Parts: sequence; structure tokens; C-alpha cells
Amino acid sequence: MAIFLTKESKVIVQGMTGSEGQKHTRRMLASGTNIVGGVNPRKAGTTVDFDGTEVPVFGGVKEAIEATGADVTVIFVPEKFTKSAVIEAIDAEIPLAVVITEGIAVHDTAEFWAYAGKKGNKTRIVGPNCPGLITPGQSNAGIIPADITNSGRIGLVSKSGTLTYQMMYELRDLGFSTCVGIGGDPIIGTTHIDALQAFEADPDTDLIVMIGEIGGDAEERAADFIKANVTKPVVGYVAGFTAPEGKTMGHAGAIVSGSSGTAQAKKEALEAAGVKVGKTPSETARLAREVLAG
Amino acid sequence: MDLFEYQARDLFAKHDVPVLAGEVIDTPEAAREVTERLGGRAVVKAQVKVGGRGKAGGVKLASDPADAVAKAEAILGMDIKGHTVHKVMLAQTADIVDEYYVSFLLDRTNRTFLAMASVEGGVDIEEVAATKPEALAKVAVDAVDGVTEAKAREIVEAAKFPAEIVDQVVAALQKLWDVFVKEDALLVEVNPLVKTGDGRIVALDGKVSLDANAEFRQPDHAALEDKAAADPLEAAAKAKNLNYVKLDGQVGIIGNGAGLVMSTLDVVAYAGEKHSGVKPANFLDIGGGASAEVMANGLEIILGDPDVRSVFVNVFGGITSCDAVANGIVQALELLKSKGEDVNKPLVVRLDGNNAELGRKILTDAAHPLVQQVDTMDGAADKAAELAAAK
Repeated sequence: MAIFLTKESKVIVQGMTGSEGQKHTRRMLASGTNIVGGVNPRKAGTTVDFDGTEVPVFGGVKEAIEATGADVTVIFVPEKFTKSAVIEAIDAEIPLAVVITEGIAVHDTAEFWAYAGKKGNKTRIVGPNCPGLITPGQSNAGIIPADITNSGRIGLVSKSGTLTYQMMYELRDLGFSTCVGIGGDPIIGTTHIDALQAFEADPDTDLIVMIGEIGGDAEERAADFIKANVTKPVVGYVAGFTAPEGKTMGHAGAIVSGSSGTAQAKKEALEAAGVKVGKTPSETARLAREVLAG
Repeated sequence: MDLFEYQARDLFAKHDVPVLAGEVIDTPEAAREVTERLGGRAVVKAQVKVGGRGKAGGVKLASDPADAVAKAEAILGMDIKGHTVHKVMLAQTADIVDEYYVSFLLDRTNRTFLAMASVEGGVDIEEVAATKPEALAKVAVDAVDGVTEAKAREIVEAAKFPAEIVDQVVAALQKLWDVFVKEDALLVEVNPLVKTGDGRIVALDGKVSLDANAEFRQPDHAALEDKAAADPLEAAAKAKNLNYVKLDGQVGIIGNGAGLVMSTLDVVAYAGEKHSGVKPANFLDIGGGASAEVMANGLEIILGDPDVRSVFVNVFGGITSCDAVANGIVQALELLKSKGEDVNKPLVVRLDGNNAELGRKILTDAAHPLVQQVDTMDGAADKAAELAAAK
């Protein structure tokens, strides 16, 4: 089953002909993803060869959907053009748009997010500035390395890319149903709560691991949601306990201001909701093992 | 990027928000001529990126040009909450009848923008929010629709502005929204927005924060950066496009990915508790593609930090394979040596993930006397803290 992405998913890539797009399309194909096309208005009608697999290029998302039945798009276009690429995906009503591009202006994200709402939220947006999502053994939409681990019964949702990889590695012998990197920007599409809700409903997920970091109140709200709605065990980790106030730590969203948004506040909120929270990635993995072992 | 008041004032003026005449100076003598231009009187205001300057004595009224020179002299060089005053703004004086508050900002929780307004301006708005929340109106602003006249009226009504100034405040809000959108701001705040004796509405003091991610379409914003205030190591890192933040510890940190590096800071701080309290010296994220050149640039910055006593390189090979990272470290050390740099701080390296074994072998074979490897993040953090404490 898994969440959001399965072996049935038909994936297109916006920005497939660019260098990042090509590199990662090749990797996605190699990990078994069903890539059915790319989008580039200037190269419509051509094909791109990926080690023997010919992938057609379409002029637009709508056209690509009509020709292939695509239901997922992965967006690699440069930050200047990302807003219009996402709006095109929303207009085409594709069910899932994964926005990998980093460095997007907040006004652009706010605008495409508001636009998605006006169009009835028919498109689930993951990202921006995220590694995408992987359902090991089935499909990989984004840049998460497919060879870290295999299919298993842990669901993972994380703000951070490399911490996603680190946690997959720590628990590689157990495997994952789906791993979702939601991104660390101030405004993101899919949240911890969306993923928690989906994992709760997924019969193939027994345990949920959620990784947060300083900034905003997403983890606190996720804690409220867990208390009210999640019956499966949840193990958490929050990065940034020692980050100083007022300094941006890489992710545009990772800035501590005042008393809210600190790692300590997030940890306490999660623990109050019954979530076991690790102090380090390795301790978090140990807690996950303990919970699964009963 | 947070702006100084005078920079915010300039942006307000550019987008036709009503402001008072004002000029910024950095020497006391310049105050004379500016005050004459402003009509013989001026308010002398310290330019610092911190609140509470009025209480600290950073705002003074000058009754004539000579007085302005004296006041500017007193304020320039003053320390306000750890910020040295390098510039003062001289502003036209105003006959203030009433003070209000308005702002536009990003509302992360609701993933939209927010307008806030209050007729209780001129004071710390966080205190108003805490003690009299009903006096602070909050109105969501749709990012696509923006602040139309109708939306501006909704904000003004919610905050209960007096009837005689409603039209002026509505107009000012629309102009401030222009500043917010056209300048890619994350915050535009006016406190106070004042009513003058002759019934005009004027933005007397403002705070603006700009989105660094919008630099590609905001070529003018680079000039607004306060280069004098930047930490020299941070400035050097920025020139090399490195994501670096200087901290006050002794263990230099290099890692890939913002979340992993934040996590590394935590793990090192925990380890430091057992090793005379050493702490991380910096945040440095070299990103997904850790090439030899990026690694060399990063190592150069960190080894150039006199506070650093040991370095922890923590890489999880995702897209980048660990053999490339290991080669990067080896080449970086050679590169620094060939540039005549004195590399004498111990490096603890932890490689995991993609091609980790090959990467570890490359470092083992290179056998650099300063490099040692530990296989786990916790173990490596402990070793790096121990080495920093022993130095």
C-alpha cells in the first residue's frame, strides 16, 4: 500500500532536460520508478535516452497527462520558474506535485499555495526545497537515494533531507513503507500532519518516525494531532537544540525566534502527546527498535 | 535580511508611503547642514537593528543645528544592547497627536500572509499582544488576491481606527502592501504610524525584513547589506557561497545538509558536556555535492577560525558518494598545504551511506597524520570533543 506513491504511480519530470533533472531522472529510473515523460515546451516532441529507456518530452503538464495518464510530477526547474511550473501542475490537476527546487522566494511559495487552495486543493504538493518521497521497492519521486534500505513497516516523515537518509540508514535492516521529505521552508505543501494522517490509515505502516527541526510550530501542531488522531506508535527527533536564537541555520525555516519554535518546546509538546523523542538520531533509532519489539 | 530604519524609510518613500524627510549620517559634523535642510530642528535617531533604543537614550530632539551636532556626537558610538551605533538618522520633527501600529508578515502556521493593526501604537507590540490581545487586530491576507482597497478597509475596521483617518490609513496600507510584495519582504512593520497635528498620517518608524531567496529578482537588495557588521569569517564564507554561521565553541563542524549539520551541533554539544564543556564552533553546510573544492573552501574557513581546536567532518553520502567526499578531504588538505596554510588541527571524519567503505579506505590509505576516522556520528562527536578539550 504505502502512502502517496506506489508502483502504480506514473511519474513525469518538469525540468527533465536540465542537468539536475537528467541526473535524477536517470536515478529514479534505475530504482524502478515508472517515468512516463518529461516536460519542456522548447523540446516538445523529442525524446531523451536514459541508458536505453526513451522518455518522451511534452510541451506541458496537461499534454503529458493526456498522453500518458501521469499522476505524479517531480519539479526540478530553476527557482525563478518554479512558481509557474507548480501553477501549471495545479491547473492540470495532477494528483501529486513534488517540488525539489530549493531557494524559492517565500512570496512565490505563498502564491502557489494560495492558488492551489483556490483550485480546490486537487493537487497534493510536497515541498518545496525537499528531497521528495520514496516507497522502497516500488517508486521514487525525487532525490532520496534508493539503495539505503528496502521495503518495511516504518513510515518516515522529515523536514530535513540528509536526516531522512541518516534515519533510513540507522533502521536499514527494518525497512520503510514510505519516506516523505516535506522540506524545511517557511511555507510547505504537505505537512507532518498530512503524512501522519496517511500513515495512520496505511495498513502497511506499523510505526511512524517523525523528524522535525527548529522554527515555526509545525511539530507542536503535529503533537496535538497525534494526541487526538494517531493510534500507531510515533517516535520523534528534533534537530537544533543548540542553535542560537535569531540565526538562520541553512533551511530558510530553521530560525529560532523568541520562546516558540525551540527544539526543547517541540520535544516537550511531542512527549506530552505520548511520542518517544530521541536526543540524537541514533537514540531515536534505538527507541524505534524498542517500540517495534514491543 | 533585517534593514536599518533609514533603509526601511527609503523603501517606504520609494513606494509612496507617507514618511517624514530624513537623512542618514555617520559623522557629527554632517548634522549641521542636514538639520538646516530639515528646517532648523531634527530628531536624531540611532540606527541599530535592535528594539528599545529610545529608552537607551538613542533618540534625541535637537532644537537647532548646533544642538544636532552635539546630539549626534553623543549618540554615535553609543552601545545599545551590544550594538554599536555607526549611523544616525536626522528626521524632520513632527507634532504627534496619536500613535498606531500596522504590519504585514508571513504567517507560517496558516501558510499565508497576515496583517496586524492596532490603535495602540508607539509601544512594544508584543506587550499589547500579550496583555490586551483584543487591541491587536489580525487579518489573514490571501497571497494571490493581496491587499485590495476592500481588504485594507477590513483591516482598518477590525482595528477600529477613528473615522476621520480611515481613508488615509486604507491608502497607506495599500502602499505598504506594495513594499511587502514588490520588495519581497517577510516583514513590513510601522510602529508608530502617527497622526500629526495637521491631520496627516505618517510612517514615523519602520522595520523591514527582506527574503534573501528573492535576490535573483531584487538586484538592489545586495547594496542594503550591512557589511561592516558581518563577522569576518561569515563574510569570507559568504564570498565563497558557503552556508556558514559562526558560533562560540571550539569544535569546527562541516557536514552536508542543514538538518544533519544542526543535528551534528547538538551531538557535539552533548559530547562536550563530558569533555570540559567544549561546544560547536560553527554551522557549515556544504550541501549535497561535496566536491574537493567546496571541501577545501570549507576547511579553509574553519581552520582559519582561531577558536577552533578540532574539526568534525560529518557526511552522510546520499547523492554524493563517500569516496568523492574522501577524495575531497585528501585533496583539500593538499591544496591548503600547497597554499602555505598551516594545517595543524586534528580532523575527525565520519562517513556513512553511499560508498562509505570505499571512502573510508581512501582516507586510511592516505594516512594523513591529522585525520582520524570514527564510524558512528556519536563516536566521532565524542572524539572531536575530546581532542578539542585536550588541546
